[in-house]
Amino acid sequence: MAAQPGQPTAEPQPENPLTAGLERMPVAPTTLVIFGATGDLARRKLLPALYNLAHDGALPERFHLVGVSRQEKAHEDYRAECEEAIRTFSRRTPDENVLKRLLDEVKYVPGVFDDDSVYSELAKVLDGFEDSGSDPLNRAFYLSTAPEFFPVIVEKLGDSKLNEHESAEVRLIIEKPFGTSLEEARELNRRVLAIFEEQQIFRIDHYLGKETVQNLLAFRFANGMFEPLWNRNYIDYVQITAAEDLGIGTRAGYYDHAGALRDLIQNHMLQLLCHVAMEPPVSFTAEEVRNEKVKVLHSIPQPKPQNVDELAVRAQYGPGHAGGEDVVGYLEEKGVAKASTTETYAAIRLEVDNWRWAGVPFYIRTGKRLARKITEIAVTLKPVPHLAFSEGGSLGVQPNQLVLTVQPNEGVSLRLGAKIPGTRMKIRPVNMEFLYGTSFLSQSPEAYERLITDAMRGDATLFTRNDEVEAQWQICDPIVGTWEDTPGPLHQYEAGSQGPSEADKLLLDDHRWRAI
Amino acid sequence: MSTSDAVWSEQNTTPDKIEAALRKLLAERHAESESFLPARVLNMIAFVEDEWSGEIANRLRGVGRYAASRLIVLSYDPKRRQIDARVSVASEQNPEPGQLAVLRETVIVRVGERHLDDLLTIADPLVVTDLPTLLWSPHGHPEAVDELLSLAQAALIDSIDEPVWRDALDRACRLSEQLYVVDLAWLRSTPWRERVAAAFDPPTMRPELHTLNAVTVRHHPDSTVAAMLLLGWLASRLHWKLAHAEIVSSDRHGGVLGGRAHTNDHEVKLQLRADASLDVPGLAGVELHSASGLSLRLDRGPGGLHAYRDDGSGHEREWTVLGASRGEAGILGEGIRQALLRDPTYGPALAAAQEMLPDGQALVS
Repeated sequence: MAAQPGQPTAEPQPENPLTAGLERMPVAPTTLVIFGATGDLARRKLLPALYNLAHDGALPERFHLVGVSRQEKAHEDYRAECEEAIRTFSRRTPDENVLKRLLDEVKYVPGVFDDDSVYSELAKVLDGFEDSGSDPLNRAFYLSTAPEFFPVIVEKLGDSKLNEHESAEVRLIIEKPFGTSLEEARELNRRVLAIFEEQQIFRIDHYLGKETVQNLLAFRFANGMFEPLWNRNYIDYVQITAAEDLGIGTRAGYYDHAGALRDLIQNHMLQLLCHVAMEPPVSFTAEEVRNEKVKVLHSIPQPKPQNVDELAVRAQYGPGHAGGEDVVGYLEEKGVAKASTTETYAAIRLEVDNWRWAGVPFYIRTGKRLARKITEIAVTLKPVPHLAFSEGGSLGVQPNQLVLTVQPNEGVSLRLGAKIPGTRMKIRPVNMEFLYGTSFLSQSPEAYERLITDAMRGDATLFTRNDEVEAQWQICDPIVGTWEDTPGPLHQYEAGSQGPSEADKLLLDDHRWRAI
Repeated sequence: MSTSDAVWSEQNTTPDKIEAALRKLLAERHAESESFLPARVLNMIAFVEDEWSGEIANRLRGVGRYAASRLIVLSYDPKRRQIDARVSVASEQNPEPGQLAVLRETVIVRVGERHLDDLLTIADPLVVTDLPTLLWSPHGHPEAVDELLSLAQAALIDSIDEPVWRDALDRACRLSEQLYVVDLAWLRSTPWRERVAAAFDPPTMRPELHTLNAVTVRHHPDSTVAAMLLLGWLASRLHWKLAHAEIVSSDRHGGVLGGRAHTNDHEVKLQLRADASLDVPGLAGVELHSASGLSLRLDRGPGGLHAYRDDGSGHEREWTVLGASRGEAGILGEGIRQALLRDPTYGPALAAAQEMLPDGQALVS
């Protein structure tokens, strides 16, 4: 007997011929469950992202949203909160019809995350979406809670059999931080992988959802001119910077426990390094791309505790000036412990010990309350071997530098030497620039719009795999451990400055930090 | 809305002078602030009738961020003897420290009938070299389009603007042989194509595609060609052979067109039905039936497409597929954006749509 439409068949089915040429690939009907549904991330990022996907017609043809959080409230009250969050934080003014219909599908389940009744109630709500028809809906559980709840929620989902759904996919999306140490990351992986298969798990690193980060791969692997130079023979050093002009704002509770290294270097900045250093993948599938990234991470020697002082610098911002105003130092920030030794600045020097990169230092730095906000990767080429110009003419010659700016003013800039107009052969550096803002008509979607869609589609390319996250921790754990064992005093830098001068000691030869 | 504008104009001018003015204005703006940087994405040449140029300007203002980086409007008044021009270099942002303020350039050149044979030499110096150029002639004038074709890589058309279906499809086909065609009639069907594709995307639904036996498309009375393109898309993707359609009924609202497609083993009944209640161009609804009894219907509605599915075994379901209406300004903006992309499915859909044109008579959409 032939199967009814929508009913499972045992035979493999051919490709869908109707998807050719479409910019947006179909996403299977899905129910998205957000744990931590009343939290800051849900309000500021997830709900606006979902609205914008709905506006663009990019949500699955059938889509339901369920919020789970500790606070008691009715469905209607949660819908009102969703509406307020979307109106406040959406990148575009909502279309009233779309917003209303999106909210119509929203449900809320209150309760503490270790309470079995939450999951039985959740199961009822999820089953309720499927009562009226025969097609099972995929389910995606988004953990947007404090990290200590991740294993609890995962295990409760397993206990209540919500980690599987007959004839449909179940996916688990986990926000960062994925552990605060190698040991925690391993333990979290162990507990999550006891309930879900790796291919069901989508560990968020929202940097990977940024267009400019993805463009790094296009830039490297879609252009023939860079790859011949992209190795130790031509590249002198690589510098990756993620600087912020702001302080910690309202994030003291999280930040004072995390610090700059855990907050940015362990995840986002090591991902940027991977994108710079990885070999071309055989194909741009999730496994191939992630295999290449893991190889890079495994090529980075794990710092030894006795070498941490040579390889890493930490500091804390003191009082200073930012945005034309006096600002307080970190220890005076609201919510920060008076004797806190949490670093607000971290710089490290790494090497990638493989055939391509041996001997090329990778400098990574990040900090709060620096001179300005910028995230960039600067690749400095080796100087030319010989300058035939007269002494005066050679003075302005500097090594070529390729700068990929992730934010703001996303683009690529190449520093070249050029002759200064005039009768003498004098040279100075000039920039050849490509700027996203002037070269594309489209507005980049928010990273979360891309990541939520990819997770619902089951495409894990832009998510971190279990071995990847552990490899990242293997690099950072010795530094974090050494710093925790030797709590202070920390170097200080003035708010609004370039950061601590002590970071210069990481630089080899005549290398220089770029001005922030 | 422009917040920062630099303007030059001259009567009885030449392309050289216009181009020099453009360069001067750009240099001045950059000297004013290094944050001012010219957009370098796309040239667009619009050949418009002078008396309707205000309406076209309004339409182009509505496209927002999808505006071409350099827009060259050739404003045509047959009686005009001399070339007058106006150049503006504008930014929608005031430059903030550390931020970019992207400049867009608009050149309006007023030309007459005596200039028609020289349009290429007028427009050529004004386009930014090495950027793709999109050509748009919303008021017809194929002679002007033909003159400018060698300058463009893409042409923007709206097949529903042609009153005769055959002319619309033939024209699109001829243009497609010479450059990439972006057809607004096709772009209006994008959400419909996406949703039909999504409905049959679950692996268990894909076999149904090959047993479809009836498709009905409801459309605005002036948008028969858009409906033909949608059926052409289905036919080309599913390897149907389309037969000439027949006019089943015809009235001042457009009537009903009936047709057939053949697969290897069965016939697909096709119907295009004008819907006078639709007050915007494009499609009003799509209905598909398969041999298993599956029926899927999508109707235009507030907040998205209203979907109805009956799987033939007693399960019926209705829901809304979320999505905001793009409006005509959004469609035009999408058309400009698409000039930089390539949709490989339009050409085959167009060719298939031609196969279903009714025989003979001059057909009015």
